[in-house]
Formats: sequence, C-alpha cells, structure tokens
Amino acid sequence: MNTRLATILLLASATTLAACAKKAPEQLPPPPAETTQPYDPGPQVQPTGPGVGTQAHFAAAVGSSTTIFFDTDRYNIDSQDAAALQAQAQYFARYPQVTFTIEGHADERGTREYNIALGERRATAAKNFLVSLGVDPARIAVVSYGKERPVALGSDEASWAQNRRAASVIIN
Amino acid sequence: MTKTLVFFLTVALIAAPAAAQDLGAPIGEDQPVESVAVEGDDADGPLRGTVTDESAWSDIGIAIPAFATDRERATPANANGTGALGREIARVITANLRNNGLFKPVGPDSLPQPAFAQITAPAYGTWSGRGAEMLVHGYVRARDDGRLVVGCYLYDVALQDELVREGWVVGPADWRRAAHKCSDLIFSRLTGESPFFDSRIAYIAETGPKDRRVKRLAVMDSDGANHRFLTLGSATALTPRYSPDYSKILYLSYVDGNPRIYVYDIGTGKQTLVTENRNPTLAPRWSPDGKSILYSMAVAGNTDIYRVPVTGGQSVRLTNTPGIDVGGSFSPDGRQIVFESDRSGSQQCYVMDADGSNQRRISFFGGRCATPEWSPRGDQIAFTRIAGDFNVAVMSPSGGGMRVLTRGWQDEAPTWAPNGRIIQFFRTERNTGRSGIWQVDLTGQNERRLPTPVDASDPAWGPIRP
Repeated sequence: MNTRLATILLLASATTLAACAKKAPEQLPPPPAETTQPYDPGPQVQPTGPGVGTQAHFAAAVGSSTTIFFDTDRYNIDSQDAAALQAQAQYFARYPQVTFTIEGHADERGTREYNIALGERRATAAKNFLVSLGVDPARIAVVSYGKERPVALGSDEASWAQNRRAASVIIN
Repeated sequence: MTKTLVFFLTVALIAAPAAAQDLGAPIGEDQPVESVAVEGDDADGPLRGTVTDESAWSDIGIAIPAFATDRERATPANANGTGALGREIARVITANLRNNGLFKPVGPDSLPQPAFAQITAPAYGTWSGRGAEMLVHGYVRARDDGRLVVGCYLYDVALQDELVREGWVVGPADWRRAAHKCSDLIFSRLTGESPFFDSRIAYIAETGPKDRRVKRLAVMDSDGANHRFLTLGSATALTPRYSPDYSKILYLSYVDGNPRIYVYDIGTGKQTLVTENRNPTLAPRWSPDGKSILYSMAVAGNTDIYRVPVTGGQSVRLTNTPGIDVGGSFSPDGRQIVFESDRSGSQQCYVMDADGSNQRRISFFGGRCATPEWSPRGDQIAFTRIAGDFNVAVMSPSGGGMRVLTRGWQDEAPTWAPNGRIIQFFRTERNTGRSGIWQVDLTGQNERRLPTPVDASDPAWGPIRP
C-alpha cells in the first residue's frame, strides 16, 4: 500500500518534472508518506447499485417505465403511458444533470419510410409530454429507428405490440 | 445568417467526416459503351414491320448459338479467350430472355456453333428444322488495344432475312453489357417495347439476426452479376436511389447516429450530406433530369416533403400538412409528383404539381396506398397496397384501374424497370424477417426471385445505361 502511494507520488512528481522540462523544480517533491499499518478502507460504503447517469440506474429507479407503448399507427399518450412518463419525469427532476434520448420505434407491419416518420412522431409525443411535466427540452434528444430495431422477433400481435414503443435511453 | 448558410451550401455539399468510417473502397465510374455500325447484307435492307409468325411473340422460338470470333485471342474478359467469351455472351442473352419469360430461347449449349463467316450469312438450312422462328448470331473480336467489338444480328428463319443488327465496342470488364445491349436489341425489335436489360440496381444487402440486422448499400447488374458492396455495414444503410446518369446514389444512413441522407459519388467513393439540417431526413429521390432532390424531413412529429437543387442551396417545402407526407416520385416529364400521406387518417397516395401545388388524393380503393412510384413510361403508378397483407399493385395516374400483382405476406416498395414493363420489389418472410428481391411483370406473370449474395431489400432500378 505504501508502495502504491509511493508510485502515485513518483508519477505525480515525474509529470511535474516533465511539465517543467527546461528547468529544475524549485523544490524537491515530498518524500513518500510513512505508514506503519496496512491500508484499511473502513466500514463498507458501497454505492446502492449502478451510479447516476447510467441506464441501469434509471431502470432500477423507474422499472419498466423507461418505455411506453402505442397502438397500431397511433402515437397518442394513453393513461398507462402517462403514468410511466410521470415516473420518468420525477426521476429526471431528481437528477437534473442527466440527459437522455427518446428512441421511437414502429413494428414491422408498416412500410419502411413511413415507419421512420412514425417512430419520430412517437418519440416526439413522449418528449412533448415530458416537457409538459417540467423536463427541460434541451435535455432530450429524439431519434427514430422506424422498424429497424425490434425487441420482439415474432410476426404476431404480441410481438408487434412490444415493438411499437418509445424508449428513453440515458446519454450520460 | 441565411446568406452565409446559402453560400455555405452553394459552395459544396458538406463532407461529413464521420461518414467516411462506413464507406468501402470506390468501385469506379461507368465506362461508356460505344455503338458502332457493323457489316451486314444490305441487299434488301433489314426487314421492317411485323414478324412473319402469327402466334403471340411470347411463343416465338429463338435460337442463340455461341458468338463466333474472327481470331482466337486472349482477353481479360475470359480465361479461355475470345471463342469461349462468345459462348458466354450467348449464355447471358439466353438467360436474360428465359428468366423474363420472353420467347422460347434455346441457348448455345444445345446448338451447333456457327463459323465467323456465317454470322453475316447464316446457314438457314441448319436452323430451319429446329423449331426456331428467330435466329441470333453474333461475333466478338478483340482489338489490339484490348477493347472488344461485339456484333449482334437477328434473323427471321422463314423469310431468311435480317431483322436488325448493331455492334458495340466495350472494355473487357464490360463484356456483359454487350450481351445486355444485344438482348435489348432483340427484345425491342420483336416486341416493340423499350429496352431494360442494360441497367443496374442499387439495393440494401442484409445479414444478421432480426433485431440486429447489418444493412449495407450494394449495387449489381439487372441480372444480379457484377455485384459490389459500397458500405461496410457498421452503420445501417437504407432506401438507395441511383441518379439518372448513374454517377451518384442517394441513400439514408445512420452513420452519425441519426437518419440522414447522403449523396454518394460513385467515381470518388465519397459522400456528402443533402442537407445540414439536423432534423431527421429520409426518403431521398431524384428528379428525372437529375438536377433536384426530393427528401422528407420530420420536424417535431410532422413529416413533409422538400425539394433542393443537387448543387446545394435553399430547400423548398412542397407539403405543409399536419400529417406524415413522405417520399415522392416524379412523372417522367418532371411535371408532377406522386407521394404518400396519412393526412386523411391512413396512408394514401396523392399527386401534386412539381412545385407542390394542386395536391389531390388519387387512391380510393379499399386498404392503404404507400410507396408510390411513377412508371418511366408515365402510364402507371406502382405502389404498396396494404389490406391485411402487403402487396405490389399498379393503377393509372388518376387512380383508376387498380390491379394487385403479387400475393405475398409482405411485398413492399416497388421499383420500375427502365421500360416500365417489369417491377421489382422486396418480399419479407413472416417470423424470420428474411427478405429478398423479387420481380414480376406488369401482367402479373413471371414472378421470380433475383439472385443476391445475401438477403436483400429496398431495390432501386436505374435507367438504361448509355
């Protein structure tokens, strides 16, 4: 442990020396600190799960509310979506430094270009709702993937319902 | 600010540095094919007018023996020399006609090989007993500079007379184009239709699992040969369109994380953004004169169609409704545009003048109308017809005479052959999501799959190559 400390101090002083390559340092770097006992981190201070600014932290806080779903060809926020977006808005109010993207998606049962536009519509609807709940629009980016990124792979109503979605994804 | 922006755009369309990460090596520009007069027996002149046989032209037997060569010479076009090349040319022509359900072709592998002198003076006795009403002869000669001269002749066996002849000079790498030009000559002379074989297709090559598809921009000849990938696949590429002169391809790429449309220059292998606007842009289209680009842009949930000069400059907004207006296909005279819009509550097809005025709905049959494409002949509009399943259908430009041509589960995004008589589209398989490019002619017949190295979608058929 004191070796590690020594290495750090050595590297720090080396950097200092490198920065002032053309002249000798005005004072010599301090000697490594003497410690007589092994390093003791003290009682366990684990962070509660992943840190703020990760998708995992967001998902742990709001659960399945990271994503809202839509009916075929629709882009309106229904009551279930509203509840999920409320949960998101509360999270974003609590962590004002977090920025995020809303990804809009459509199911495969649509033509490709229309679905890109529809995905953008869905993501924008989610964004507008969050803004109405007080989230700063500057924190929200929007991207549409149309039908290019399904999460459910079947060609049936159950799969399509899972793919018609707007998912909030943390950026930082 | 606007002035600076216009100047910025006018000087050059912007090269986006990140875009270079997904581009493969350039494939090089098209080389020209030179048409030449070829010698023939002009004693009576070539036959004009109708063919002698009374049956429909689809029943005409046509013999296509190997092309002869004046002198066996080595050529980069074929490892075994010009004689072997002559046989390959005849095979390409035979495959072209057979694959498109045209006539009843018999190819070189079942026929005797004519001598070089017979190309311009056929031994009709050899051919008249074979049930072939028409006879194709040709030759290939390698010049000292390495270029190939290919002559193509069509004879009426019963009348023992020449119907048409033509010749072309091509680089050895382009030998297939001579075969396609000859196919087009035969096809046009016998049917009266415009040619389509000598053309290329831009499309999206797909691999990978359904939730992580790798999609690459690719090009190939109309028969699937000369295939090239243009992007590497690290970014999703979608919906390409060949420019009318084949020098560029418009397409959509997610290379910077957002849907943006680019002009890819085939000669340099580099691409530039169509617009600097950071809103999502999609559905790029060329005007028939290659001078304008249509694109769709989504702004705060509303998508509209815009037009911008290919040299850059101000975009003109063509549609302005609270709905999704997407796509757009010009009539061949450039005066009108057919597009799709959900302003009525569901996707339907609309026609407007090229300046955006006079927008009117044309689709009034049951079901939805999407991805409309105006035929190069101007007489039909092909579209994706959605009524439960997705099928390819056609209608007149006023929306009448609607005919459904296919019966798949999800057939989508028709594109026209240069002569307006054949339609390509892509067909997606239920559950697996596998996709392939298919073709059907305007009568709804000869539906067949086009061979591609991997799965394929978003085909865009280019015009006849000059």
